[in-house]
Amino acid sequence: MSTRIEPLGEPGLSTTAERRAVVGQAGVTPSKDWIIVTRGLKREYDMGGEIVRALRGVDVAIRRNEYVAIMGPSGSGKSTLMNLIGCLDTPTAGEYWLNGDLVSEKSDDELARVRNREIGFVFQTFNLLPRATALHNVELPLVYAGVPSAERRRRAREALERVQLGERVLHRPNELSGGQRQRVAIARALVNNPSILLADEPTGNLDSQTSEEIMKVFEELANQGQTVIMVTHEQDIAAHARRVIVLRDGVIATDDRGEAFAAKAGL
Amino acid sequence: MPFLDAVRLALAQIRVQKLKSFFTLLGVMIGVMFLIAVVSIVEGMGRYMEQDLVGKLMGVNTFELRHRPNINLGDVDQATWEEYRRRPRIRESDVQPVVGTLPPSARWAVFSEDNVTISSAYARPRQVRAQNVTPGYFEIKKLAVVSGRFFSEQENALGTPVVVIGQDVKDHFFPGVDPVGRQLRIGDIPYDVIGVAEKQGSALGISFDKFIVAPYDSPVKRLTNRHGVIDAIMIQSPTAQAMTANMEVVRQVMRGRHKLRPAQPDNFSMQTSESALAFWNKLKGYLVMAGIALPAIGLVVGSIVIMNIMLVAVAERTREIGIRKSLGARRRDILAQFLVEAATLSTAGAGFGIALGVGLAQLVATLSPLPASVAPWSVGAAVLLGAGVGIAAGVYPASRASRLDPITALRSE
Repeated sequence: MSTRIEPLGEPGLSTTAERRAVVGQAGVTPSKDWIIVTRGLKREYDMGGEIVRALRGVDVAIRRNEYVAIMGPSGSGKSTLMNLIGCLDTPTAGEYWLNGDLVSEKSDDELARVRNREIGFVFQTFNLLPRATALHNVELPLVYAGVPSAERRRRAREALERVQLGERVLHRPNELSGGQRQRVAIARALVNNPSILLADEPTGNLDSQTSEEIMKVFEELANQGQTVIMVTHEQDIAAHARRVIVLRDGVIATDDRGEAFAAKAGL
Repeated sequence: MPFLDAVRLALAQIRVQKLKSFFTLLGVMIGVMFLIAVVSIVEGMGRYMEQDLVGKLMGVNTFELRHRPNINLGDVDQATWEEYRRRPRIRESDVQPVVGTLPPSARWAVFSEDNVTISSAYARPRQVRAQNVTPGYFEIKKLAVVSGRFFSEQENALGTPVVVIGQDVKDHFFPGVDPVGRQLRIGDIPYDVIGVAEKQGSALGISFDKFIVAPYDSPVKRLTNRHGVIDAIMIQSPTAQAMTANMEVVRQVMRGRHKLRPAQPDNFSMQTSESALAFWNKLKGYLVMAGIALPAIGLVVGSIVIMNIMLVAVAERTREIGIRKSLGARRRDILAQFLVEAATLSTAGAGFGIALGVGLAQLVATLSPLPASVAPWSVGAAVLLGAGVGIAAGVYPASRASRLDPITALRSE
């Protein structure tokens, strides 16, 4: 399933359509079918005069409905890649096409809109608002999408029911277990029907049994056709995905089907 | 984010941190409280001055021709006093020429007064304000009797020793007896009491009921002024315009009688309730300014406190801001959230301040003779001021919050 885009190096293209055509020559056309296409994605940080090159040119394409794990040791650039895919950050160089849309050149507010519509985040530390109820936490993306409050509540309730938390809608995060909190976060990520469910070490703060439960939720979502991208450093968690991309030193080292990865890792 | 959601969020935030919110509100609260209270008291004083004090001293649309003003609310400098002292008095001989030029619609009265020792069979002698006037006086002053009657034109013309007394005079000289028909000695001249005037009340601790009114030509005249001299001619006109016209007529007559050249200023005064209030109006301007300037200091302090608290809130809630941004909040959503929070906070402070200010005004009204009343505009101004202070104080913290980088914000603890 791995798809690489060869560097094209054709300067002077300005319109989005022209660029899309050029990217398309490599075999992958950024479109509704290819949900993520990156080309020569680079991200450099200026750490007090010293330039840290976190990503040194990543070309990756992910289809709709894929279940992908991004792996790598710390410092490999996987968090940077996740931030870029999640539109929380913009690349220093290269292109990022999301849903056929060139998002690498969007403004802050446009990116906020993309995050709101296209991306559902699940974080290692859950990142729920501590004083708000589960329901209100799940409602938040809809607040920023401008959904009226009655519909907001209905959809938030539905999302919570989808992750088996229909009974706990009015509980606050500190009244919920770690697994339940992560499920609230998943409900929040799904409530606005995003193109991608983007999980950053989703099991990092959970015990192994709860981790398995959360992985089952992801599995189910993937089976239902939800595109899932998961960043993790745990091999056994990554092995749940159907495709595993391993980053090393800011470039893609391997890109395997899930089974192949599991076999290599000896799982 | 819709405005109502933002307000709800802000109220929830205030509810969660009641004590902190209270201290945040304190500055705005005290500022607004004093604004409301001071404005109420000044307004009350104004009403008191205009209606009670000067209103009782002067009739409606009335001016008094005097050699110098007798109501001096405010400072009169030495030179002015010297000039007043050199002025010729108004004389009885001025009355006919002056009133002869007035239209028939004008009412007039001749007026003299002084403190005179009075005694009765029932009480010890006492100094009382003795006035001798022509009967027009009762109508001009809208004076009414609670028992007995006023004196007639005829009694006035004959100089009959009859007298109408005020409530305080009745209470002192005729305790427990009906004064009408009894005798009162005014400067040792026996007078018959023919009427008791209704209660006039008091202002600034001065009673308006300690007076007697006798016919102008009755014997007391010799005690109130030198022969041929009077204190004032009161002239009441049906309208304010007519009053202005009549004042001009009288001015010309008096200038002629005093043989003033065109370049010379008037050496007599025509006192109106407005001229009596001129100083008060000036003072009121200063008081209102002080009433706004002092609370303004409170509001400035309040806004600095709010700004600080909001900066702390932004720092404390960096992670929340990161979460919101990751979920799709735009800069303006975060900006609006914190602005609305600051505005809600300080408007709530203004609300409490209004309640306290109204309470303070009521307290002053109860404990003092000032009819302190809350001016509706000051409540409106306080609410706007509260919201304004909040927004002004919230701009900087809110814009800082809105500019946070989502990744950094999410990583913060």
